[in-house]
Amino acid sequence: MKRALLLLAAALAPCAGADDARRSGFDFMSPGTQAMQRDDMQNPGMLWAQDGEALWNAKAGARAIACAGCHGDAATSMRGVAARYPAFDAERGLPLTLGQRIETCRERHQGTTALAPESRALLSLEAFVAMQSRGLPIAPPDDPRLEPWRERGRQWFEKRIGQLNFSCAQCHADNAGQRLGGSVIPEAHPTGYPIYRLEWQDMGSLQRRLRGCMSGVRAEPFPLGSIEMTELELHLARRAAGMRIETPAVRP
Amino acid sequence: MDRRQLIFAGVALCGVAPRPADAASAELEGAVRDFTGGAVPRDGRVRLDVAPLVENGNTVPISVAVESPMTEADHVSAIAVFNTRNPQRDVAIFHFTPRSGRAAVSTRIRLATSQTLVAVARMSDGTYWTAQSAVIVTLAGCIEES
Amino acid sequence: MARTLIDAPASAKRGDIVEIRMLIAHAMESGHRAGPNGNVLPRDIITRFSCRYDGDMVFSADLYPAIAANPYIAFRTRATESGTLVFTWEGDNGFAQTETRTITVT
Repeated sequence: MKRALLLLAAALAPCAGADDARRSGFDFMSPGTQAMQRDDMQNPGMLWAQDGEALWNAKAGARAIACAGCHGDAATSMRGVAARYPAFDAERGLPLTLGQRIETCRERHQGTTALAPESRALLSLEAFVAMQSRGLPIAPPDDPRLEPWRERGRQWFEKRIGQLNFSCAQCHADNAGQRLGGSVIPEAHPTGYPIYRLEWQDMGSLQRRLRGCMSGVRAEPFPLGSIEMTELELHLARRAAGMRIETPAVRP
Repeated sequence: MDRRQLIFAGVALCGVAPRPADAASAELEGAVRDFTGGAVPRDGRVRLDVAPLVENGNTVPISVAVESPMTEADHVSAIAVFNTRNPQRDVAIFHFTPRSGRAAVSTRIRLATSQTLVAVARMSDGTYWTAQSAVIVTLAGCIEES
Repeated sequence: MARTLIDAPASAKRGDIVEIRMLIAHAMESGHRAGPNGNVLPRDIITRFSCRYDGDMVFSADLYPAIAANPYIAFRTRATESGTLVFTWEGDNGFAQTETRTITVT
């Protein structure tokens, strides 16, 4: 009953208004880092987004067709797309993340070989596609087929793991806003992925960040592209429903 | 192993060991002297802007500027930026000409740990001016393997 | 060719001081970091940036490993006449890249 009510509330309030107490990682950053994200000229993530635009327009694969060849101008065709990922892929019978969807399209429709996860090319394409949803609210699809994976994602989020025996929820729900060492614990909403992370001095996906979190509590991290990662992404997206997309975000 | 050795061993494990204070100040004096050719810079005229506390030392925005008419007769010819506790002292040397219009530059730097930044300006009349700024660098709470 | 983002005004009034901002994709490997096998990764950085305005040097910088990855530099120049701005980056392992922008000065 409680979950039904929450879902109803989420459906009725698609846009996070002023009453929304949730805060993006952006809100926890210092003014200098916020300025870096706000200004496209200072945001290193824009270097990847530019690469992504070039890849979008470049003919590729056995069929020698560009993404633009089918999808045209990304600003129109890709607007709102990242906001509703992960999404269900009927052909595979599985939910796919945005990166996996891009890869599936490239293999099926362009006839290309797979890009490595966290490769510069794939991150650039993800950044470019997700940037087309910048400013839009995260809108997880109301698709009952996703529910079994989403529910497992919620269980992962609340399960204690690792030598430190922490769950994601213990830090990011129960202690968000408190300090761990010198840093403030954010609420862990995936509002800006792929991100340029100052700690990495590099662009990275949500899954790279999740692997970092899992190492942080001395747990064996889920492999990139694993179904467990998709499950977590699904839960995090629902938890962040209505929050604005900031891709490409900058984070410390 | 005494406590000081333990701390340095621990910090060294993190990848970059900050320099002990006495060795660093001698190196800083040497680096500044290399830039000024032995002249001792006077305090003033240089404005060095950096946040007093930064959340990550990998990418720290800084701005440095010197008010000057930037004419052929009276301009800033270079501004050098040094640090006190990175593996090496030099950060950058910026070269200006009267065509620069303003002796003002912004960039982003790396700081291994909390430390002091020092900027030294060389004027066209051969004088040197300096300013410094202390920065606290906080470390990530959750140590991950990238 | 490293990806660059350049913010240089296309036009300006004579005598105006304009700001030029550049971002270039480069890891700026400091030479102090250990790689996954424990060995120190060799230094690989951009060591010099320069801006020429119709052939005259306007601004240049000597860069050291303390400059952050994906270097960002913002500097000024006086708009004197219409012409070409040439930006050059040079660095370790023969890194060399040039970008140009034109400026119309009225």
